[in-house]
Amino acid sequence: MNHNHPVFTDNDPQSELVTLNLGPTHPATHGVFQNVLQLDGERIVSGVSTIGYIHRAFEKIAEHRPFYQITPLTDRLNYCSSPINNMGWHMTVEKLLNIQMPKRVDYLRVIIMELSRIADHIICNTIIGQDTGATTTFLYLFQFREHIYEIFEEVCGARLTTNIGRIGGFERDFNDIAFAKIDKFLKEFPKALKEFENLLTRNRIFIDRTAGVAEVTKETALEYSWTGPLLRATGVDYDVRVSDPYSSYQDFDFDVPVGTSGDIYDRYLVRNEEMWQSVRIIEQALVKLKTEPKGIFHADVPEFYLPPKQEVYNNMEALIYHFKIVMGEIDAPKAEVYHAVEGGNGELGFYLINDGGRTPYRLHFRRPSFINYQMFAPMSEGMLLSDAIINMSSMNIIAGELDA
Amino acid sequence: MEETTLNNDIHVKLTEKFGEKVTAVSEPYGFLTFVTYNDVIINVLSHLKEELKFNFLTDITAVHYPGKDHGIAVVYHLHNMVEKVRIRIKVFISEQNPTIPTATTVWKGANWMERETYDLFGVKFEGHPDLRRILNMDDLGVHPMLKQYPLEDPNRVDKKDEFFGR
Repeated sequence: MNHNHPVFTDNDPQSELVTLNLGPTHPATHGVFQNVLQLDGERIVSGVSTIGYIHRAFEKIAEHRPFYQITPLTDRLNYCSSPINNMGWHMTVEKLLNIQMPKRVDYLRVIIMELSRIADHIICNTIIGQDTGATTTFLYLFQFREHIYEIFEEVCGARLTTNIGRIGGFERDFNDIAFAKIDKFLKEFPKALKEFENLLTRNRIFIDRTAGVAEVTKETALEYSWTGPLLRATGVDYDVRVSDPYSSYQDFDFDVPVGTSGDIYDRYLVRNEEMWQSVRIIEQALVKLKTEPKGIFHADVPEFYLPPKQEVYNNMEALIYHFKIVMGEIDAPKAEVYHAVEGGNGELGFYLINDGGRTPYRLHFRRPSFINYQMFAPMSEGMLLSDAIINMSSMNIIAGELDA
Repeated sequence: MEETTLNNDIHVKLTEKFGEKVTAVSEPYGFLTFVTYNDVIINVLSHLKEELKFNFLTDITAVHYPGKDHGIAVVYHLHNMVEKVRIRIKVFISEQNPTIPTATTVWKGANWMERETYDLFGVKFEGHPDLRRILNMDDLGVHPMLKQYPLEDPNRVDKKDEFFGR
C-alpha cells in the first residue's frame, strides 16, 4: 500500500473534513508549535504550521550584548546539543578575530561536540521508537544522555544549557574525573547502542511503521534547503565537518553515512550510524590528546581570553584585559563573517557583522530546525495522522531552534 | 589559495554575464561577496543556480543601515556543494519602499526564510505565495529588527544604546 497517495471518494457520506489542532502543547509534538490540520478520516488533507510560540528575539538581544554574553543565548537554540551551538559561536568570533586554536583545544572541542551530537541523536531516535510504541528502547538508551550530561557537568558545571568554553578556548582544563567519565561512557555506550539497534533495526513492527513513510527525494530536499541527517538520509553526502572542516575535523577518520530513500527508516539508520561514527571520532581524539602537550586549554590571546580571576586582582595587564573584554571593548576587525558547524540537525550557521561597536551590528542564526521544518506541512498532505507524528519526531524539531 | 582562484573564476563569469550590475566585490575571510540590484537579483540567483552550480540556498536574511538611501540590505548565502564554494549576495533596497522579487521561484525553501525576513525587517517579497508573519504575532504592527526599535524599556537608563558603542 502506498501511504502517500490516498484515494478520495466523492460518494462518501462523511465527506466533511475535521479540523484538528495539533499543538501548541501536545505530547506528540515534543515542543511548542502548532499545526492546524484538515483531516479526512485519518488522512491529512492539508496543514498549516504556526510557529513562534517561544520566539525570544535572540537576534535583537544579540545586538545589545558583547560577544561573550551571546554564548548563553546560543545555548537556548538547540537545547538538546547546546555545546555545538556554543562552540559554533566561539569559532565564529575566533574566525573574525583570526585566532588559531592549539590542536589540543580543537580535540577537546571535538570530544565535547561529538558527545553532544550523540546526546542529540539519542533523543531523536529513541523518540521515534517511543512514537511508534516502543517505550522500552526509549528507557534503555536515554540513561546515556544522562551520562553525557554528567561529563558536561564535570567540564563546565552545567548540564543542559551548558555555556561551555569561551572565546579562545575552554574556561578550565578537563579534570581526571571528566576523562574517566568519558572512558566509562565509551566502554558502556556501544553495548547499549547495539542493544538498542537489536531491538529496533530489524523489528518488523518498526520497519512497517517507518520504511517507505515520508519519502523525500534528493532534489526536493535540496530545493527546500534541508541539511543534516535529514538530507543525508536522502542520499546527499553533505556534512559541514567534511566539506568545510572546522576545529581540526580534517585530522579524523570517519564516514558520512547516507541513506537512499529519505524515509523515516533511513533517517533512523543515518542517525544511528552517526552515533557510531561519533564514538569513533571521540576514541581517535583521546588517542591524539596523548601526544599533545598537557595543560593547554586555551589559545595564548590575552586580549581576547578572560584572564584568571586571581591575576585580575594582582596584575595590572590582566585587569585591563579583563575590563576591556567584559565591557566589550576588544579590538575586533570591522568585518562580516559566516561560520557554519554541523549541528545535531544540520548546518548551524552564524552570520556576524561587526562594525567596531561593543556588540555585533547584526547577528543572524541559520537554524537548521527552522529551515527543515517548513517542508513538514506540504509533505504531510495525504499522509496518515499517525505517520505524520513519527515524521515530525524523525525531523527532530527543537522548538528553541525553530523560533530563536 | 585554491579558493581564491575559484572565486576569481566566478567573479569573471558573473561580470561577463551581468556587467556593471555586479559591484562591490570583496572577499572577507575567503567568502566571495558582491552587491547586485533589485531588477536583476532573480536572474543572478537563477544564473548562479543553473549555470554556476550553486545548487543550495543556505540562507536569506536582511540588515538594516538606518539613514542611508538604500537602508536595507537583503543578504543571500548560496553554496556550491560540489566545488565547496560559498557566495554572499547583497541587494540594497530603500527603507521607505522595501520591495524585492521573491526567490521562491528559484528555491522553494526560500519561503520561510523570506517570511522571517518580512516579519523582522518588513521587506516585501513580491510574488511570494504566502507572505505572512512567522515568528511574531500578526497584529504586532512593527518590524522589530529595524534599528529604530529599542530593545529594552526606554525608561531604563542603564541600557541605552550609547553604552554599547553606538
